[in-house]
Amino acid sequence: MEHRIGVFVCHCGTNIAGVVDVKRVAEELASYPGVAFSTDYTYMCSDPGQNLVKDAIKEHKLTGVVVSACSPTLHEATFRRAGVGADLNPYMVEIANIREQCSWVHQEDKPRATEKAIKIIKTMIEKVKQDEALEPIAVPVTKRALVVGGGVAGIQAALDIANSGHEVILVEKEASIGGHMAQLSETFPTLDCSQCILTPKMVDAAQHPRIKLMTYCEVGDVAGYVGNFKIKIKKKAAYVNRDVCTGCGLCSEKCPSKTDSEFEEGLATRKAIYTPFPQAVPNKPVLDAEHCLYMQSGKCGICAKICPVDAVDYTQKDEFVDVEVGAIVVATGYDLYPIINIGEYGGGKIKDVVTSLQFERLLSASGPTSGVVRRPSDGEIPKEVVFLTCVGSRDPEHHKAYCSKICCMYLTKHAMLYKHTVHDGQAYLFYMDVRTGGKGYEEFYQRAAEEDDVLYVRGKVSKLYEEDGKVIVWGVDTLTGQKVEIAADMVVLGLAMEPNAQALELAKKLKIQVNEWGFLSEAHPKLRPVESLAPGFYLAGAAQGPKDIPDAVAQASAAASKVASLFAEKEYHREPIIALVDEDECAGCRVCVSVCPYDAAEFDEEKKVAHIQEAICEGCGACIAACPSGSVTQKNLTDDQLFKMVTAALED
Amino acid sequence: MFEPRVVCFFCKWCTYAGADLAGTSRKQYPPNGVAVRVNCSGRVDPQHILWAFREGADGVLLGGCHPGDCHYQDGNYNTMRRLSLLKPMLKELGIDPDRVRLEWISAAEGDKLVSVMNEFVDEIRELGPMTVDLGEKLSGVEAPPEAKDVKIAKQSKAKAKKK
Repeated sequence: MEHRIGVFVCHCGTNIAGVVDVKRVAEELASYPGVAFSTDYTYMCSDPGQNLVKDAIKEHKLTGVVVSACSPTLHEATFRRAGVGADLNPYMVEIANIREQCSWVHQEDKPRATEKAIKIIKTMIEKVKQDEALEPIAVPVTKRALVVGGGVAGIQAALDIANSGHEVILVEKEASIGGHMAQLSETFPTLDCSQCILTPKMVDAAQHPRIKLMTYCEVGDVAGYVGNFKIKIKKKAAYVNRDVCTGCGLCSEKCPSKTDSEFEEGLATRKAIYTPFPQAVPNKPVLDAEHCLYMQSGKCGICAKICPVDAVDYTQKDEFVDVEVGAIVVATGYDLYPIINIGEYGGGKIKDVVTSLQFERLLSASGPTSGVVRRPSDGEIPKEVVFLTCVGSRDPEHHKAYCSKICCMYLTKHAMLYKHTVHDGQAYLFYMDVRTGGKGYEEFYQRAAEEDDVLYVRGKVSKLYEEDGKVIVWGVDTLTGQKVEIAADMVVLGLAMEPNAQALELAKKLKIQVNEWGFLSEAHPKLRPVESLAPGFYLAGAAQGPKDIPDAVAQASAAASKVASLFAEKEYHREPIIALVDEDECAGCRVCVSVCPYDAAEFDEEKKVAHIQEAICEGCGACIAACPSGSVTQKNLTDDQLFKMVTAALED
Repeated sequence: MFEPRVVCFFCKWCTYAGADLAGTSRKQYPPNGVAVRVNCSGRVDPQHILWAFREGADGVLLGGCHPGDCHYQDGNYNTMRRLSLLKPMLKELGIDPDRVRLEWISAAEGDKLVSVMNEFVDEIRELGPMTVDLGEKLSGVEAPPEAKDVKIAKQSKAKAKKK
């Protein structure tokens, strides 16, 4: 085929033309083999510029176009659309990046920058010569979403997706939805009761006709791709037939076996057959086999005997349910950084040193002390309480380097609420900086310091130890430079938030990226904050990074709107720059199958050759580089194209 | 002064974007390298590197995402492994293995791209021009027929220059 390539050199005002001799570039390339037309223009991306491209395509019957301008990430789509406007296949339009990677970085050497621009354009001319007209791959979309995690973010995402008219499966690993927010006492900066604002949402989610609630379930195997995920969900054995159970609670009442309550953060006990908390949704118990006398020793069986509807079933096994969804929202939430890691603060061995979530329970009206702050060791009301921020966070040498973002605020709230219940008590708050970015947050902090007399001490506490029923706090006030020693009745640690322990495993299963701390990575930190780079996955809540309730809810709604816009289209269009097997050449060695990170390469047992599933292939090229017979190739980035591009890059 | 010719294979998610960032930040580096944008550093086959040397490159720079950050899970690990196999082979061929460099440069590391470019070009400058005629040594390596023609033309050009 005769090549008729058009080269369009953009000045970008003076951004390119100020360094690169654009006239010379256009002239020189006019005589390059295969080039039928070459020109330059001030702003190629402007309307007249695009029209110039379109007109030239028609007039000179161009078979391919190289627009030499800014980075392809900016205007590749623009010029491909322009190509389509002139009946040229969009994949026959390529961008030569002579701004970001030439004129802007070689401002001091104009002649050589011009030479380099020519080379860059030549590589793209060589590429477009062998480009093929391609069509995006259309894949059907299953309009049902999976939301993983039933905390406030997951609940919000599920409700919003369901309200936009689509089915949702909400999977929660615990027996009830609600997440950590259900544990909180009151929320900053408004001090409204956490459960009062959360439980109606929990009920809404449970009763929504388009939401299928799957509590005490976990995500198992995940296969498929955006629009077409196939997921196995493990229904953990609850030893209670929860469809039959009426939630009367008799079983829990009569159960003789007790253990620490997870919901109460170990400050109270629960039975072996239990609902995590009174407002649980669904309000139906599960049986913890590890602590059940019957399951452990065969003696007891009281719950089975007493259950009026015979819902208790000691023989129940884990079950697996297959579901098909088009999009997945990951809202797996956070855990507190383990207190055991903080040796300098007792590592969890000092009874009256509690975590922030434990203190939430002590403040909660529904908590183990009915909202009266009592210290764990002897149940006394503490008169001197010390709150420590940045425990495990902002400490790159020993713990986490990042800021946990919400600790300043919730400890301020803790101190304030403590003062509201213990009027003659003294609250000290040690801080590195008080970070109050958020609507009404700074005012809240001012109120705590000025109206509630919380004493803010700038400095870090170096050590906590027990002495005569007190917790001795050794710190320093860095503003006055004085050593501070407080004999406290109780110390509350503002522990760092870290991703939920199972979230990493899940991220691996879903093949979505995480950052160095295990928080889910967004596709773009600013412009695509709720999408994962892997298409079809959306992020919500603290799984993506430490955040407070308003942020988690906002992100959840944003993720839901992304899901809704995916579901608004009949089909999803994927980039066709994918791998292709030459079946005549393939020896059937299956190396490609072993290197493919998406299981897109499969072995055709009948033909004894490899086959790439178009809809799954992401076009990474791992199989191509690995194929020993060279029988796998990448559409529009073949080995031959790469060879030619390299040659062109080196030509004088 | 000898100006090395460098081919840069940059993955489009990290290093290519990092190079774009260097541009938007107006960081300056020598214009010795031309980037070839690939989806993943794992797409780069040792053949491509050898081909670059055969076509007269004095150095080849590979840029990928940091380990653990690969857009395609683990493509960059493949690159790393392949390169560790290629380097001894280069030595056998009489090519200093330092002429190939693999760097992890994220989309946020425009600065790193600039320092790597500066360093690499300086290093290659010190190593001097590539003198090994890979065309002869690798006569068995299959190349696309058209590309072969280009290559022969090039080599005769290069030889003429040396003379």
